[in-house]
Amino acid sequence: MKRHLISAADLSRDDALLILDTADELARISDRSIKKLPTLRGRTVVNLFFEDSTRTRISFEAAAKRLSADVINFSAKGSSVSKGESLKDTALTLEAMGADAVVIRHGASGAPHRLAGWVRGSVVNAGDGTHEHPTQALLDAFTMRRRLGSLEGRRVTIVGDILHSRVARSNVLLLSTLGAEVTLVAPPTLLPVSVGSWPCEVSYDLDSMLPKSDVVMMLRVQRERMNAAFFPTEREYSRRYGLDRDRAAKLDDGVIVMHPGPMNRGMEIAAEVADSPRSTIVEQVANGVTTRMAVLYLLLGGADLGGEDQ
Amino acid sequence: MAEAVSRAHTSAHAVLEGPDINRALIRISHEILERTKGGEDVVLLGIPTRGVHLARRLAGHIRQFEGHPVPVGSLDITMYRDDLRTRPARPLGRTELPPDGIDDKTVVLVDDVLYSGRTVRAALDALNDLGRPRAVQLAALVDRGHRELPIRADYVGKNLPTSKSEIVKVYLEERDGRDAVLLLKEEDK
Amino acid sequence: MSIVIKGARILGGEPADILIEDGVVTAVGQDLTGDETVDARGLIALPGLVDLHTHLREPGREDAETVESGTRAAALGGYTAVHAMANTSPVADTAGVVEQVWRLGLAAGHCDVQPVGAVTEGLSGERLAELGAMADSAARVRVFSDDGKCVSDAVLMRRALEYVKAFDGVVAQHAQEPRLTAGAQMNEGAVSGRLGLTGWPAVAEEAIIARDCLLAAHVGSRLHVCHVSTAGSVEIIRWAKSKGWDVTAEVTPHHLLLTDDLVEDSPVGAYNPIYKVNPPLRTRADVEALREALADGTIDVVATDHAPHPVEDKETEWGAAAMGMIGLETALAVVQEAMVETGLLDWAGVAERMSYAPARIGRLAGHGHPIAAGSPANITLYDASVRAEVDPGSYASKSRNTPYEGRSLPGRVVATFLRGRPTVLDGKLA
Repeated sequence: MKRHLISAADLSRDDALLILDTADELARISDRSIKKLPTLRGRTVVNLFFEDSTRTRISFEAAAKRLSADVINFSAKGSSVSKGESLKDTALTLEAMGADAVVIRHGASGAPHRLAGWVRGSVVNAGDGTHEHPTQALLDAFTMRRRLGSLEGRRVTIVGDILHSRVARSNVLLLSTLGAEVTLVAPPTLLPVSVGSWPCEVSYDLDSMLPKSDVVMMLRVQRERMNAAFFPTEREYSRRYGLDRDRAAKLDDGVIVMHPGPMNRGMEIAAEVADSPRSTIVEQVANGVTTRMAVLYLLLGGADLGGEDQ
Repeated sequence: MAEAVSRAHTSAHAVLEGPDINRALIRISHEILERTKGGEDVVLLGIPTRGVHLARRLAGHIRQFEGHPVPVGSLDITMYRDDLRTRPARPLGRTELPPDGIDDKTVVLVDDVLYSGRTVRAALDALNDLGRPRAVQLAALVDRGHRELPIRADYVGKNLPTSKSEIVKVYLEERDGRDAVLLLKEEDK
Repeated sequence: MSIVIKGARILGGEPADILIEDGVVTAVGQDLTGDETVDARGLIALPGLVDLHTHLREPGREDAETVESGTRAAALGGYTAVHAMANTSPVADTAGVVEQVWRLGLAAGHCDVQPVGAVTEGLSGERLAELGAMADSAARVRVFSDDGKCVSDAVLMRRALEYVKAFDGVVAQHAQEPRLTAGAQMNEGAVSGRLGLTGWPAVAEEAIIARDCLLAAHVGSRLHVCHVSTAGSVEIIRWAKSKGWDVTAEVTPHHLLLTDDLVEDSPVGAYNPIYKVNPPLRTRADVEALREALADGTIDVVATDHAPHPVEDKETEWGAAAMGMIGLETALAVVQEAMVETGLLDWAGVAERMSYAPARIGRLAGHGHPIAAGSPANITLYDASVRAEVDPGSYASKSRNTPYEGRSLPGRVVATFLRGRPTVLDGKLA
């Protein structure tokens, strides 16, 4: 494994499987109601959140605390950052505090790359702009594996605002590494012009893809995109790309429905579908903690000294 | 120990061969029965990976001698290690407790090699999170000395004086295709 | 007082001596003598370089560059004249500001500073600035540009093109359709898609260039296109020129060498804003098209778009960083690397594109003349045989935002003469 987890592309197939296997074992441990392991005692994990994301921050915080790490939450609001302190100065401050890992959420694509150049600890990307969100992809893959077994050859359809979605980017990279077949479904306005160079298929037609899917992952569509003319109206978007009750009813029995949250119920996904047994939305939250524990454990596991243990 | 050693060890000799290992395990089984009054309330917990195979073999012998099964499980100590800062993170082993758990049982921890004692220390911490045994005992196939903690084994297959530069490798049929304990010396050191 | 430059290879030709008297070249030949001698054996003599596109940042951002520091950098880069862009603070949109910049240039004395006037008041794109007053001022402004911003309003652009005809001016357009580039961060393509950076489509440049060529033709005026960056732009300009329209164009050194994949993968790390520039770095195919266009004359000029920024404006996340690169001190080296060493351009071609053509377009009478008897003695002596690692710490510019750090580049400016007076000797300011 590399020292940082910034992009899903940083993970080889073996790395990804190691994380998922580790998360599996950790899930067994927490099933046995052991909520806390001493593994990262004395290590410091900083949650550096420049964007509001209570869900992701809490998930990382829980993961670090269950491994007994000291957790410092550094949120940009009301801090020196909002008074104009630069990312670099913030990084140097963290460095002085001796952060072993920095979990960063930032509105600018690439901010974790820059941070990694300024701190010694491991950098974990918790979402950067419209770039990536690799731990979300890992928890999604973990969730799929628990429901469906191996991902090899599984057909995953990701639906929604691909252009602005860090979740989609990370999922395409990770799922193709793990041997799944990914198809992106979106109106053409919400796909990058270069999407043809991605390791996945593209379709504009949700109905034609649903019968060919083992997993349907719905992405949040922000209403402000409508104002920028990415689609005409919410109603039209929902009609063409929303997973409503009728569409969900046509899915094969084993097909699972995922959503990284937060959802717009009634927009990209109907409430009945989100709450149905095929929905993994609640599991995804629980799996997020386990997966992030695995990532923190594996990243903070010291240097490879090539030693042999007795 | 476990993983293959790729460094240039130029001499290796077998300290124990298959039949020796078998005899040692039979002897340990008898000792466990003696010291636990016929193996009542005993739970054998192997430390992955080879300790688990050894625990299963011990359970097999005990069943043969006494006619009743002894619960066997595994106890992974990876997340309780104290050397995370200096070693690469390793894959987790499996922790599997018998259905009746470990509360008020006599837990016999089983490992292949007893060395610094740090693995056992970690195992005691892990046990602490899982329940409250009445007593905890330790069985090791090989005790190679060089303890760094006040820990000793209750049952030992073979006491093996070693130098710190030597490496003890345990091979077990279930995992490695043969039974043997090797002592590897690095010639230039 | 006379100077003789001994054994220089004029435009890369056979060695000859150049005699300079009273700021003018009086003889070119063999065995010439003078009061002082400069040994130029093995060096190439070029007409003093002229930059059509320099940001000197003064007034307003003296922390990034001043006229003094910027013109030192220019002289060290072999330039004898630079056009100072108008996007200062205050904006160079009045006779007062352009005269101030012009006087600062005179006082510095390292090279001639020819101010560019803003097309619209405050670069706002709303009302024409007093173009005539700037033209009539002591600075004698002939090039007008809102550079940094595009004159996107078609009517305003038409009026500007028409209006400058009265004093033989030219509008230098920064071609960037603003709506198509709202929030844009880098070239829109495979790399921007992967990096999740808002794309800057080639069409945003090409659409404006096409419109402006048609407008210039319609009103019979002169159009100059700043920093052309795409293969499509080249095609449009080639077409406009084939019609006989009075359109000229420039390309920057960095667009002749660097590509957008550096944003993803470079020795200085991914997302390093040292590569953030307007217009953005494009693809390898675009670079090839630009080189070819510069070679065949479709693109007339190499202009640096020297854009100094202080460290803190680049040591940030990509989205927050300033756009631009410094370039005065590396321009000739990059042109040698991209054009001469690839066989696309000889030294005569370099002289045309870095001296004669920019002086012609900017109507600088005292610059861009061949090294021959009777010409003003604006001369650059260049050693094309050396190669060295780029060391930003050695630059005279106040800023360090060069994209070439860590690379090696060929060539070294050994001496620069401004009207016979050495501004640079032995590679150092004289």
